[in-house]
Amino acid sequence: MHTKTLTQLAQGLQSGQFSSIELTKHFLDRIRKHSDLNAFITVTEELALQSALAADTRIANKQTQPLTGIPLAQKDIFCTLDVKTTCGSKMLDNFIAPYNATVVEKLNQAGAVMLGKLNMDEFAMGSSNETSYYGAVKNPWNTNTVPGGSSGGSGAAVAARLAPCATGTDTGGSIRQPAALCGITGLKPTYGRVSRYGMIAYASSLDQGGPMARSAEDAAILLQAMAGFDTKDSTSVDVPVPDYSAQLNNSLAGLKIGLPKEFFSEDLNSDMASTLQSAINEYRQLGAEIIEVSMPNLKLAIPSYYVIAPAECSANLSRFDGVRFGHRCESPVNLSDLYTRSRGEGFGKEVKRRILMGTYALSTGYYDAYYVKAQKIRRLISDDFKNALTQVDVIMGPVTPTTAFGIGEKIADPIEMYLSDIYTIAINLAGLPAISIPAGFINNLPVGLQIIGNYFTEEHLLNIAHQYQQVTDWHQQTPKGFE
Amino acid sequence: MSLSTNEVIQIAHLARLGIDPQDIDSYAKDLSGILDLMTQMSELKTSDVEPMAHPMDQVQRLRIDAVTESNNREKFMTIAPQVEDGLYLVPKVIE
Amino acid sequence: MEWETVIGLEIHAQLATQSKIFSGASTAYGAEPNTQACAVDLGLPGVLPVLNAKAVRMAVIFGMAIEAHIAPYSVFARKNYFYPDLPKGYQISQMDHPIVGKGHLDIEVDGETKRVGITRAHLEEDAGKSLHENFHGLSGIDLNRAGTPLLEIVSEPDMRSAKEAVAYMRKLHELVRYLGVCDGNMQEGSFRCDANVSVRPKGQKEFGTRAEIKNINSFKFVEKAINHEVERQIELIERGGKVVQETRLYDSVKDETRSMRSKEEANDYRYFPDPDLLPVVIDEAFKAQIKAELPELPHTKKQRFKTDYLLDEESATILTSSRPLADYFEATIKASNSEAKLCANWITGDLSAALNKAGLEITDSPVSYERFAGLLTRISDNTISGKIAKQVFEALWQSTSTADEIIEEKGLKQITDTGAIEAIIDKIIADNLGQVEQYRSGKDKVFAFFVGQVMKEMQGKASPAEVNKMLKEKLQG
Repeated sequence: MHTKTLTQLAQGLQSGQFSSIELTKHFLDRIRKHSDLNAFITVTEELALQSALAADTRIANKQTQPLTGIPLAQKDIFCTLDVKTTCGSKMLDNFIAPYNATVVEKLNQAGAVMLGKLNMDEFAMGSSNETSYYGAVKNPWNTNTVPGGSSGGSGAAVAARLAPCATGTDTGGSIRQPAALCGITGLKPTYGRVSRYGMIAYASSLDQGGPMARSAEDAAILLQAMAGFDTKDSTSVDVPVPDYSAQLNNSLAGLKIGLPKEFFSEDLNSDMASTLQSAINEYRQLGAEIIEVSMPNLKLAIPSYYVIAPAECSANLSRFDGVRFGHRCESPVNLSDLYTRSRGEGFGKEVKRRILMGTYALSTGYYDAYYVKAQKIRRLISDDFKNALTQVDVIMGPVTPTTAFGIGEKIADPIEMYLSDIYTIAINLAGLPAISIPAGFINNLPVGLQIIGNYFTEEHLLNIAHQYQQVTDWHQQTPKGFE
Repeated sequence: MSLSTNEVIQIAHLARLGIDPQDIDSYAKDLSGILDLMTQMSELKTSDVEPMAHPMDQVQRLRIDAVTESNNREKFMTIAPQVEDGLYLVPKVIE
Repeated sequence: MEWETVIGLEIHAQLATQSKIFSGASTAYGAEPNTQACAVDLGLPGVLPVLNAKAVRMAVIFGMAIEAHIAPYSVFARKNYFYPDLPKGYQISQMDHPIVGKGHLDIEVDGETKRVGITRAHLEEDAGKSLHENFHGLSGIDLNRAGTPLLEIVSEPDMRSAKEAVAYMRKLHELVRYLGVCDGNMQEGSFRCDANVSVRPKGQKEFGTRAEIKNINSFKFVEKAINHEVERQIELIERGGKVVQETRLYDSVKDETRSMRSKEEANDYRYFPDPDLLPVVIDEAFKAQIKAELPELPHTKKQRFKTDYLLDEESATILTSSRPLADYFEATIKASNSEAKLCANWITGDLSAALNKAGLEITDSPVSYERFAGLLTRISDNTISGKIAKQVFEALWQSTSTADEIIEEKGLKQITDTGAIEAIIDKIIADNLGQVEQYRSGKDKVFAFFVGQVMKEMQGKASPAEVNKMLKEKLQG
């Protein structure tokens, strides 16, 4: 059952081939069996079985929604009513969310069965899932390597077939990078496409939730249920949600693909370059035209991002003060002690580093030099994309500079870790949608291809990804031991 | 650009963030490294560029003035560290 | 040395919305602690703010009333600091782009009009409250007030005395209530004042170092706090000391200000645009719509009352101090055939006195404007005298009858039958021949005695004008 696509699962459920209870138990068994991957922080077995039972009743009554009875897992950044929601942090180890995130609400409405909450980098700050208070997640392709981050639990769980699909969030690459390193399909939608309400904020102007699945076809189905305007989120955009599955089979003849020369410079290692070139050749076969484009300000994406994101996070994380929820230190002697110790004990090192960085960038005397400057560069980068996208339909490039790196390899050097986001963060700065799809292997580790589109063209990206997946089988590869 | 340990202590205080004394040096070193990365930005002239705060060129939507929330105190208080008589308790606030 | 005081005020007016500025929780005052603090107000992880349209509207109304520039584009920013009554660790406020720009307010002090500049007015959220009693040495936090919309109105340092500051504060208080954007209830904290006070040698151009006095919640205390602070600063400088820029708290019990060092040692609020909120855009159409709905403003109305109704400054000021009062006046005028002056006198006199005594607002007056108009009509057409009118008013206050019904029922109609009056005058003259003699020998004062006697005899129902005229004739013989 765990090899089936979402469409096949829905057919199986509706035709009575298997029940949601059976399906759910099957995945719960797999989660238990592969618990050493550490993909889940919380497995909500009881709740899942209840939902599955309810789904089976609805299926019997032919009152089905697109995801009725289909199990999936939520990144632990989404608040889930009466279920522990940790955001990968000790700070929220005791936090039972008193409400549902809009995404959770929508997926529940669509009939999905939640298996549990997925591991992630603490407060989504990390690119390897090693900053999680709940420990590193292992990449099912090679358990000595990282699954990427921050949605590392989502990447590993979907790759290992512990869940048919999962939610993720992407602030600087946190969906696309783990999707690439785990050999799955991950889509970061246009900023404003998926509601941020109830998604614990890291950097509000960059955060965006999206689907992580085994194929573009499945991602389309999951995105369909996640996307939409939400009055509770002021940054949610009120544009109609198209039928994401309807255009999957459109022909790519005449598609103009831009390759930024800055993405394919000598910095990109030759194995990556040649793997991506083969993928691009596939597209040529499918009728696409390849055009070189230039985005001269891309190189400043990292410094711009690492000012803006920490600045926003430094304020977003001030609410964790030990007063109304979350970790509180033992016997604080005064207010200052309450704040300092609760926050000092509750946050891990990377989170602290970013709070410090952001606090510094916003403080008197540095605001203009760092924050305002970074926002100006953000505009230049965004304009680079806008210009390029007047010449081409989509932009393609790598997702990551390398395949999955070893657990412990980069964690000691934050800057080295930040540099691994080099191909993804500019897209968040611009707010554009981008998808990562499996495009080959280097030394048995998956390589991702990134496709970046114009605002609100997710259906086009899914179409382009799906067409590739019709002529390749990289996305169908399963890591050994998880078949 | 490098940050002194003293500056790290000051920023940590502004952020009410407890950090282990033995970690201060490494924070100073990491932050200095990150700041070096930032200095790349100053190479670019941006005097005529409008800062970009949001990716979307949208304006604020307004909500109709209506009470839509009801009392949920009991639920909210179950997740609080210390409460009494419907109040959140903290060490004494000195005015 | 002669000193000059320089004062600027920051007024926080709670906007009279039903729900909070960024959430759907109620803003009603006096609820059980934390029962009106929803997920957004508590700053739970993942929640987001959505702006209340009414709060924006009210800010624009206020801005138009002070003839201010309304920003076509305004931005919310986060003001970062840690305090237990501030759930998110930042306050959503406005910094670089406030919704209301430069405007002004005219005040009257000692008969002179003075224009006070208003630098800006911006929208922000209120914080909660810390309670210090009975928690075994701990403080209790109530977040009901957190997220209540505030309009912070910042004046220029244009005031030169505590008296001017109070006049400005009163005028502003009157205006926000008049516009209906704030209930002005100072006990409940709906209208709060911080004062920036400095002194400088008279004639000096530069401002002195200022101290900010926080949270002064009555007109009386503003005056006292400022006067006290001015004295303190002058004394300090004259002793060779220096005023330090700081926040001070006014202690109304001890009548002194004291330094609030504990609040934030080093203020670095790290303002930056709130990424959860987008720019607020106010277009011409929106402004035009508000302008059309904007009530006539107190100063315009006052001018109109003076020219249209020929009222004096004092009556016009009182009558236009609140919208319901002005409306009552105009409705009464319309419904009666009386002179505006008479109407103004009665409203500012007997009616206001009675309302005050009963602790009622004009909107709760037991005498409706229709019934009140009925009374004035009968005074104007001489059916009753002014003295009798007071009796009728009493009865109007007590009952639901009309003035005509009361006059009829109690037989208070003025006697205009000259024969009846003449008979009484003749009788009075005959009974008081001594006084007649005095009058005729030139003691004019005795005349009042005769009027009194006649009126007494007639139980006040005679027309005083008629009595005067006839008495004069008769006494002259």
